[in-house]
This record gives sequence, C-alpha cells and structure tokens, in this order.
Amino acid sequence: MTVPAKGSSRERILARIRAAVQDAAEPPPVLRDYRDSHQPDDPARLLDLLAANLADYRAVVHRCTGAELPAVIGRILAERGSRTLLVPDGVPEDWLSGTAVERVRDHPPLAPDRLDAVDSVLTGCALAVAETGTIVLDAGPGQGRRALTLVPDHHLCVVRTADQVVASVPQALPRLDPSRPQTWISGPSATSDIELDRVEGVHGPRTLEVVLVG
Amino acid sequence: MRVALFPTCVNDAIHPRTGQAVVALLERLGVQVDFPAAQTCCGQPQYNTGYRRATEPLVRRMAGAFAGYDHVVTPSGSCTAMVRDNYPRIGAKARTEGRGDGLARAAASLVPRVLELTEFLVDVLGVSDVGAYYPHRVSYHPSCHGLRMLGLGDRPRRLLEAVEGLELVELPGAEECCGFGGTFAVKNPDVSAAMGADKVRNALSTGAEVLCGADNSCLLHIGGTLRRADAPMRAVHLAEILACTRADPTGTGWATPRARSSA
Amino acid sequence: MSDTYLGMPSFPQAKASTRDTRLRANLTHATRTIRDKRARAVAELDDWAQLREAGKRIKDRTLRHLDDHLVQLEQNVTAAGGTVHWAADAAEANRIVADLVKATGEREVVKVKSMATQEIELNEALAAEGITAYETDLAELIVQLGEDRPSHILVPAIHRNRGEVRDIFAAKMGEWGRPAPEGLGDSPAELAEAARLHLREKFLRAKVGISGANFMVAETGTLVVVESEGNGRMCLTLPETLISVVGIEKVLPTWRDLEVFLQLLPRSSTAERMNPYTSFWTGTSDGDGPRNFHLVLLDNGRTDTLADEVGRQALRCIRCSACLNVCPVYERAGGHAYGSVYPGPIGAILTPQLRGTASAVDASLPFASTLCGACYEVCPVAIDIPEVLVHLREQVVERDGPGHRTERAVVRAGSWLLDHPAALGAVERWASRTRGLHPRRLPTAVARAWTDSRDLPELPEAPFRDWWRKSR
Repeated sequence: MTVPAKGSSRERILARIRAAVQDAAEPPPVLRDYRDSHQPDDPARLLDLLAANLADYRAVVHRCTGAELPAVIGRILAERGSRTLLVPDGVPEDWLSGTAVERVRDHPPLAPDRLDAVDSVLTGCALAVAETGTIVLDAGPGQGRRALTLVPDHHLCVVRTADQVVASVPQALPRLDPSRPQTWISGPSATSDIELDRVEGVHGPRTLEVVLVG
Repeated sequence: MRVALFPTCVNDAIHPRTGQAVVALLERLGVQVDFPAAQTCCGQPQYNTGYRRATEPLVRRMAGAFAGYDHVVTPSGSCTAMVRDNYPRIGAKARTEGRGDGLARAAASLVPRVLELTEFLVDVLGVSDVGAYYPHRVSYHPSCHGLRMLGLGDRPRRLLEAVEGLELVELPGAEECCGFGGTFAVKNPDVSAAMGADKVRNALSTGAEVLCGADNSCLLHIGGTLRRADAPMRAVHLAEILACTRADPTGTGWATPRARSSA
Repeated sequence: MSDTYLGMPSFPQAKASTRDTRLRANLTHATRTIRDKRARAVAELDDWAQLREAGKRIKDRTLRHLDDHLVQLEQNVTAAGGTVHWAADAAEANRIVADLVKATGEREVVKVKSMATQEIELNEALAAEGITAYETDLAELIVQLGEDRPSHILVPAIHRNRGEVRDIFAAKMGEWGRPAPEGLGDSPAELAEAARLHLREKFLRAKVGISGANFMVAETGTLVVVESEGNGRMCLTLPETLISVVGIEKVLPTWRDLEVFLQLLPRSSTAERMNPYTSFWTGTSDGDGPRNFHLVLLDNGRTDTLADEVGRQALRCIRCSACLNVCPVYERAGGHAYGSVYPGPIGAILTPQLRGTASAVDASLPFASTLCGACYEVCPVAIDIPEVLVHLREQVVERDGPGHRTERAVVRAGSWLLDHPAALGAVERWASRTRGLHPRRLPTAVARAWTDSRDLPELPEAPFRDWWRKSR
C-alpha cells in the first residue's frame, strides 16, 4: 500500500469523520439476543423446510438416496432434453454414471459465449440454509468458478443432506470462508420490477433444480 | 387522586364539547377533575413545524399549570405524544446548548403524569365498560400518534365494544394516516386532501353513521372533508360517545353548563 | 402557492402527481402489494425486534468508529488484491471511475443498480467522457430506455405499469442494442424475457463492470451485493475489471454482523426470506471473476451528516425502501416529487443532509410528511425518521429559509398569546362571538389551502375555559 499524500481525499475524509464523531457518546453495546435459529433441532424437519422453501421460490426439488442419485441426474437431464452438461472439477464421477449426455469441461476456462451455449450445469454446493431456502456456492470442489452457474440456463445442484444443511443464516456464516467468492442462491433468477409482481427467470439460470441426497 | 384535564388548545377554542364530554365521563366514573386555567397549548404545532425554541415557554407553562396533580388527562393522542416524546428532547437539547437543566427538569416532572384519555380509563381506572349508551353504527379511526407513538393498542376498541347499542364496524385501511399532519395540511394541501379523500372513501364504505376518533385535530380534517362532500357521516370524538348514556343519549345534557352543575 | 405564511413552496411536483390517476393507480397497486408481503415476511421471525435493535446498534457503533473500520477495510481489500480509492465528492468519484475505465481502453461498461452511482450521476459523467454505461437491472433499464428518472429505491420504475413498459421496450430497445421481439406482449414474464435477450449480448462482451455494494466487511475486506435478477452476478463476475462505488457508511465491522443484515434486508425490501442471489467477493480470486478490482469509497456529504447528532441516524439506512412502501405521502406524491435519487421518507431526511437545503425542493423535503410514523415502524434499523424530519425543519426555519419570515412572525405572536392565557381566552371568545361572520371558504392563500378541500369547523358559542368557569 502506498502512503497517501498529505491532504489527499483519504486523509480529508478520515479527518472529517474524526471531527464529526469526536464529541459523540459511545453507543450501547450490540446485544446478540436474537435467535441462532428459528427451528427446532430436528434434521428431518429441517430438510422438509429446506425443500419447502426452495420450492416456494420456484426451485424444482428432488429427494433421493445416494444410490439413486446417478439415475435421478440422468432422468432430470433426459426430461429437460439437455445435450451438453458443464461439469466443474471435483464433481464425483459416479454422479454422472446415469447419463450419456456430452460433458463440457472448463479447461481451458470457457469464454462467456461458450458458457452460454451449454444446456445445463451440474454442481455440488458448500452448504444449504433451510430457513431461507438457500444454497451456497463458494467455488469449492464440484462447484467451479462463479460464471459456470450463472450463464447456462439450467442449474442442477446436489446437496448432501447429512452434512451440508444448516438451519439459519447465523449458522451458515461461521462455516463459510470469507476469502472465497460466494454466491448464495435462493430459487432461480427473479424480478419484481414490474408492478412489484414477482416473475422467475431473468438473467441467471431460469431453471434451478436441487437434489437433496441422503 | 388529583386529576387535571388538559383538553388541548384545539378543543378549548374550537371543540369544547369534547372537553365537556371528558368531564361528564370522568365525573360519572367518580373522578373529580380540575381545569387549571394557566394551561394553553402543548406546543405541538410549533415544535413539529420547526420552532423548537418557541415551544420552550410552553413546556414550562405546562409543567407549572399541572404541578401537583397526580394525573393530567387529555383527549388527544398527538398532544400526549408531544409531551411524552418531545418534551424530554426539548429539555435535553436546551441542556446541550448550555442553557441549563431547567427545561429538562420541567419536562421530567410532567411527562410521567400525562395520560391520553383511553390510557387513563383502561390503565388507571381499570375500566373498559364506562356505562355508555350510543345506539349507532360506528367505525373507528386510530390516529397515527395514538396508534404508533403511544401504542394505545386495543384500548379505544375495548371501550367502544363495551358501549351499549353501539355497532362497531371495521375501517378499511384504518392504520393509514388521514393526511392532516398539522401544518402539513396547509403546506402540502394537495397531498393532504388526497389522503383525506381516501380516508373518507374508506370510512363511507363501512356504511357507518359515525367515524370515531380520539384526536380532534385529525377529525377537523376528516370531518371537514365529510361536510364538504355532504356525506351521510359525521366525525365524533371517542369521549363524546363514551359520555352518552341512556339518560342522555345525545349528549345535550352534559354540554350545557346548567345541566352539568346540577348533575 | 406563493403565500409567504406557508413558508415553503410545497413539495413542488406533488400537486400534479395527486391528479395523475394512472401514476396514482400504479403506485397504490405496487406499494400495497409489497406492504402486505413485507408484513408477512417479517412476521415469520419472532425475534424481529431483537434483530432490528442489533442492526441499529451495529450501525451506530460502526459510525462512531467509522475511521477505524474504513482503514481496516482498506487494508484487507488491498491485501486481497483490490485497489482502494477515496472520493470526497461526486466530481472526484466520477473522475476516478472515468479514468479507470479509460485506462482499460474500453468505451462501454455494464452496471448493476447502485444508489451511490445514481447519486453522483456517474452515467452522465461517463457519457461526457465518451463512455456508455448500460444499466442492467430491469427497472433501471426501463428508466434508461424511457429517458426517465428513477422514482423508487428498490423498484426505480414503480411509476410505470406493464403497458407503459411494453411501449418503452418496443420503441427504444433497438436504439441501444438488440430490439424487442416482434409483437411483444405486456406480461411481466414476457417483458423480463425481452430484457434478458437485450442485455445478454452486452453481458457476454463486457470488459468493465460497475457496481455499488450493500455491505462491506472491514475485518475481511469482503463486499456483498444483494440482488434478484442475476444482472448483478453478470456484472460482478464476467468483466475483467470491476469498479465498485460505495458510500463510506456501508461498512460493517465483522463477518458475523452479516447474520443480522442478511435477515433484515431481504424481508424488508423484496419481502422475501432471502433474495435470489447474494454475491460476496474479497479482492480478486485467481481464475474466478474480474482480474482487477477497484473500490471507490464515497463521502459526498456523508461526513456532514455524521456530524449531526440527530441526523446521523440516517446513515444507518440499508436502502431497503420499506419506508417508501408504507408512506402515504410517497404513495400519492410519487418518487419524482422528491427531486432526488432517494425518494420517500428516507429521501426526505437523507437528501437535505447530503445536499444541504439551499434549493427550494431540498428545503421543502423535511416538510413533506405528516409525521405519521409508519416509516419508523417498518425501518429495519430503527431510524426515527419523524424525529429527524422535525430536526431538519428546525434547521430550515433557523436558516430563515425562503418565505419563513412571515411564518416566524406569526409563530412569535402566537407564542406570546399562548403564554398569556387571559389574552388567549379573549381571542377565543372574540372568535366565537363573530362566528356568524366566518365564510365557508376563505380568500387568502393559507386559508384556501385548507378550505379548497375541507370545510372549516363551526366555532362554538364559547371556548371551553369559559364554559368551565361558568359551570363551577
């Protein structure tokens, strides 16, 4: 970091802030007496809530066992008629054992227009938040860089229910690494810009399918 | 229990009937009230228009006029809120400006004793059935200051529901401001009138004969809009409804000096 | 409305707005829809009051030590590969951004909706340098194509209904890029689809993105953008260079603080449990997103606001727009009447503090409220907007703003009267005795302001104080 010149805007702004608050009293301390979660500690109910909240914001939700996952993925892609599937590094090979669809890899990194030409993208996630119906991607294994889940029109995301579902936002944040780029996704792209009427599907994937496995 | 009435300057000058109704009601409930003649105005219009310093003598006057009373009862949510919310601010600001503690002390001495009428009835007297009789279809408009600043909650409604003969009908959009807003009504007359028109439209949709409120400043605006439209509805203060009885169902009795003194 | 007693020119555009039936219908429909949804979303959390208090206190404590948090933020953004710039005012911020864009050799940028860049009129400044800024938020696109001004913080085109949007898209999209599809209908879904097609080519070729941010985390150097459509993700991830212009009050001390605001904001703004997309980034990441990241920290009047003991609470604002959606004055006057990118109750306290009250519009803003308190009730960070409004009214009056001289004289005379109960009683008595002479409509402007729409009350036979004296 270069040392800013004296009289720079940085120094001026900081000086103005100090002058503005120098006589101000210390505000009262922050009480964190809000809830850590609004749900009872019951994994089965949490999973139902996650499924319900995802669906409420128009994600398509599937639930299956680990053994059924390849077949479920194969069926989803077949029913959609996807011919190409973007597969980020780290997606387990067996997830793909139930489909013959053409796999597209991000090696070398694909230009945006190439991403735009892919039918679907398959990822895992970092975690999911039941209360808000959110899946969190943090560019970890099986998730790829952010653009991969943005440009294609169909995003298929697998959530491992045994260890990836938390109840609430306060429970999600401590499990995430702020240094990693993150995308929190709650349903497909949407807008309420016309008459505050919610419409799903603008610039991000218009279809979000979430498979809850376990 | 020494109880003083602060009818408010608006009611003193324009709508004495409301103050008279409060006197009749409280005396019927066994409460002796006094009207200290040194009172004038709480200063709400001046303060809310930006004239804080012009309000300061009125803070002192109010504190002085009502010194020694256990309760100061006022049939106005906004004037109660003025005292409760803004008097301490006025005192604190004077202190910050290096003008001593006098105003803050005056405010602190008065604030806890000032109660809006329905607070006094429900919280202090512990009544919701005041023995009133009012055989009319009534809708209730909860004015903003009573609703949001004082948090009167269901007190007015409980009082109205206990009135014999009264049919209470829900006011659509009840929680929305009527558009009066003190000097707002003349500084922004178009928006004020548009809000008033919507309030009146909602009120008329209830089919009620009477729109009841607990703040006559709002009712001046709503009532004036109703009268301009020659609408089949009149705006009436809650106190005037609660003061009516089977013996005096129209409230003509308590509104005249002679009848009152013989009561 | 020129009578000097009124003090202010009333809220200049409001009169026209109250008579514009289409505007009124659009606003009423939209604000009422979102109002009810917000109430339901908030009611889902039984600890809302605690979250609100925590949000308020976090912001207050942050503002009290804003210098420290900004320096820490700067260190952490820099350590993560970003470059931090400081802009004292709009001109400096615009200069910084224009130079950064020109350094890339690009002539166009894609923008995700940002109040800060609207506040500094960045698009106009870039245009003056030959750089085209494409707004990518659906509502901002409607505003940009319609050569219009935003009228709401969250939904800038709230004053337009679907039919108007269809007409704008059909007429204007072709001038900016891919034209609207033939025979475009007016369902929101079709209109969103038209925007998707129109903007996609711009996203895919964009080399420079410009954003604001909802939050900046000092301890980690992380920026957060909360959005719905995915245009934000496009602007934040696809370009090679990202420039974020953010007000200095948007900093939060800790990563954990987000647990409060990511609950408060979505439910208050779009009335959702969580908005569809929230992006977090910390400087630059190898192989993921922009290679160059610039953060422009903007003052532009914020430190003046911070210096005001009562007014500084406006800096807690997280731009949710819940206050607009419940405001009866906003609903009837419309966002344009506020003469600023910040309309509604929050605008009425923010604009006069950021810009001062020298202009007639800005001086009228603190008076554009009935003080009904609906805004305060829904504010997720408990900004007591009525308190600040009254405080700013005092500043306007104290400055002896245009037209307040007569009003001051009237108040002074009134003050004397109200401090002399006997004289007050005499005046009341005189008014009552002459009541038969009072006309139904009065001629002077101030009286007309009342009697144009309302009857005056009939005065009583005698004031209360006389009745009391006689009946004792």
